[in-house]
Amino acid sequence: MNSPLASAAEVAVRKSVTVAAPIALAFEIFTARIESWWPMASHHIGEADCAAVVIEPRPGGRWFERGVDGIECQWGQVLVWEPGRRVVLVWQLNARWKFDPSLHTEVDVRFTAIDEGTTRVDLEHRGLEAYGADALAMRDTFGSPNGWNGMLDHFAQVAGATDKAAPTQ
Amino acid sequence: MTTSKITLQARRFAALGDPTRLSVFTLIARSPLSVAEVAERLPVSRPAVSQHLKVLADAGLVQCESVGTRNLYRPDTDGIATMRDFIDSLWDVGLARFKAHAEAVARSRAADSSKEKP
Repeated sequence: MNSPLASAAEVAVRKSVTVAAPIALAFEIFTARIESWWPMASHHIGEADCAAVVIEPRPGGRWFERGVDGIECQWGQVLVWEPGRRVVLVWQLNARWKFDPSLHTEVDVRFTAIDEGTTRVDLEHRGLEAYGADALAMRDTFGSPNGWNGMLDHFAQVAGATDKAAPTQ
Repeated sequence: MTTSKITLQARRFAALGDPTRLSVFTLIARSPLSVAEVAERLPVSRPAVSQHLKVLADAGLVQCESVGTRNLYRPDTDGIATMRDFIDSLWDVGLARFKAHAEAVARSRAADSSKEKP
């Protein structure tokens, strides 16, 4: 971030990936089968291990995880649901990896068919300027082994492992 | 982590350790405000608000921006940048896993359908 006053503007992450899969399949796997690829081992919020990640397939549907203990923890909700084309999810996890209903960031995912068997996926995670208030959260997480630094360390390990290992089923 | 980063963090803890300063910071984290606007919202005098904002600014938690004739205080972007970098990495990993899995399923379906063909 170059400008020190960039918090006035929208802060976003943009990613594109081209997948050798038909568009309907790509959409289905991204949404209905998100748990097949989401890095669940490291990125869940419940006390127990994560058993499932669910996106309810309708506008207003919940986006949540279910722990192996059966307890559901919400991550956000579905804002836009256009099967096979686009999904916009509201991501409401704060820097402490907890659901915060007052936090509103959006994950906008668009699917475009390049040809019959190839799909481009464009993802934008926007509204990250909302994390300005999370400088507060950093006060709680700094220095804790399960806190910010610990999470980043763990994440780096998982990210490294992902390059080698096939995705979990 | 470098010594200067640890020093800055220590300063942040100290700056937010004061309940009034925490209230001031929470207010401007929601929306940029002037000294007068903060003073209107809290039972604190303007000079006291100015002093609290100076401590928060020294700790790298808030920044001052001149908008016309007003001086507005807003959160420093450091926390946002850290979170942005984290989410950037998260989607790198997530989309790489998504791609690998979707392509594996597509290959397996293609193999199945070619078997079914006469």
